[in-house]
Amino acid sequence: MFFACLLGIPAGVGAFTFVYAKGFSYLSTDPRACVNCHVMNAQYDAWRMSGHRHTATCVECHLPHTGLAKWLAKADHGFRHSAAFTLQNFKEPIEITPRDREIVRVNCVRCHDGLVHAIADAPGRNAGALDCMHCHAGAGHGAGG
Amino acid sequence: MKRGWLLGVLGLVGVAGVTVLLLALLTNIFERKQEARQAFVRLVDVTEDTLDPRVWGQNWPMQYDSYLKTALPTTTKYGGRGLGASDGGPAEQKLGRDPWLKRIFAGYAFSLDYRDRRGHAYALFDQEATRRVTEKQQPGACIQCHASNLALYRFAGKGDIRKGFEQVSGMPYRDARDMKDDKEQPLVQHSIACIDCHEPKTMAVRVTRPGFIAGIKALKAKQGIADYDPNRDASRQEMRSFVCGQCHVEYYFKGPGKVVTYPWANGLKVEEIEAYYEREGFTDWVHAETGTKVLKAQHPEFEVWSQGIHARAGVACADCHMPYERVGALKVSDHWVRSPLLNLNRACQTCHAVPEKELEARVLAIQDRHHALLQRAARATTDMLDVIVAAKKEGASEATLQAAAAQHRKAQWRLDYVAAENSMGFHAPQELARILGEVIDHARQGQLEAERAMRKK
Repeated sequence: MFFACLLGIPAGVGAFTFVYAKGFSYLSTDPRACVNCHVMNAQYDAWRMSGHRHTATCVECHLPHTGLAKWLAKADHGFRHSAAFTLQNFKEPIEITPRDREIVRVNCVRCHDGLVHAIADAPGRNAGALDCMHCHAGAGHGAGG
Repeated sequence: MKRGWLLGVLGLVGVAGVTVLLLALLTNIFERKQEARQAFVRLVDVTEDTLDPRVWGQNWPMQYDSYLKTALPTTTKYGGRGLGASDGGPAEQKLGRDPWLKRIFAGYAFSLDYRDRRGHAYALFDQEATRRVTEKQQPGACIQCHASNLALYRFAGKGDIRKGFEQVSGMPYRDARDMKDDKEQPLVQHSIACIDCHEPKTMAVRVTRPGFIAGIKALKAKQGIADYDPNRDASRQEMRSFVCGQCHVEYYFKGPGKVVTYPWANGLKVEEIEAYYEREGFTDWVHAETGTKVLKAQHPEFEVWSQGIHARAGVACADCHMPYERVGALKVSDHWVRSPLLNLNRACQTCHAVPEKELEARVLAIQDRHHALLQRAARATTDMLDVIVAAKKEGASEATLQAAAAQHRKAQWRLDYVAAENSMGFHAPQELARILGEVIDHARQGQLEAERAMRKK
């Protein structure tokens, strides 16, 4: 009885918090989950007006597409974003981390490979040396997105 | 048995700790959700009669907090130097830094006292401390921009703000400043305040300065738009510049009534404003060294910004000087109006995805070049003054010096227009360089004309 209470109360509070904070939405691919906390409203609004809106949601570009890597990235984003928003200690305008930028680059090529493989796989080049977003900075959500 | 107890207590403390953290998280999430739901709570009712910003601050504490910060001293490479507000005293003399200012303003109040800017909080205080006002008689016209004045104008005009404005403009400054209502309450109490830019019912951005409303109407009429009313016809983005353009402009006191008038009927460019003054036959004062009838320019930020690339791209004053900041789950515009150089990430990086250091270097490159060209133009102007003075001493007649005087008027108007503008070139670098090029041309031509007059005599 004692142990049931001991574990039951935090479990209940935790479960309520999880549901109240729309925890399940983070297990979906719905872009609206990404604006639960409003920090990325501008990016979300721009994406809804962009050329990519028909073909790519947030997670299409911002998460890896292979099993474990996807869940690791999801956990990493989830932890960093919730910590940052709770502690309110992040820099604005928000900026993508180098690791996450690489995820996006790989995803650019994943869809556009048919068009860009000749450039991306040019001999003598380091595959990572060509950064799509260096020129296409507005792709997805931004000017000309 | 003893160990069992210890474990039990530790477990209890641990689980209690976890529960506390979870509840803290839950309340945090709850608070953020509440913030997102309601941008503000109307604790007090504000109306057209609520003049005190402190009362507005109860409803909009975040905006009010940043508004209060305009009392803080800020310094950039070319602006706001000196101790300023930190010691409660006025900011540094521009006259000391650029002695040529004293010469171009010879015989005018600006040669007595001309200082660096301070924040909005000091608009009323500083203007009453300057020797331009303490030693020279100034009209009530100054109140149009240096104070929160709607109550005064409504009272003086018996409800009609424009009429009240015209009446107050012509009064001696002190009489206007000390005016009281029927209940013996002072009508002017605050520096620039909430009510000057916000409609109290909806909080929409609005313009209230009668001089601006008339000026923008005349400008739009020139562009073929009849009966323009900014509060009715302007877009929200336009209004985010118009509120600043209410005061950060070139103006003059028209006629004996000293009505504050914005010389925009001909356009906003420096030569369009000059042509307006020529047509009006207007002169601010007679230059003490040369006897030339000259014009005084006052901080034409709105006019110069409108000639620049940012205005062209649809960027408003408030986008850089009052950028949005996120407070919790809310988006608030920063009411600590200040140089974007002090807030590069919010002011610039929202559009320019470039490191802050690089952005700062770009701005300073523009300002350094501008400053160098400005000094050179000032040198040309004082050289011209030297020769005109010498020619007069040699006995050159006023008639022979007329051509030199015409160049003096043109050179001085342009030089002052650029020097009085607060951005050290940034608001429209190319336009200002063009004007400074004209300053140098007119000044050197004036110098040649004076030399010619000297020989002719």
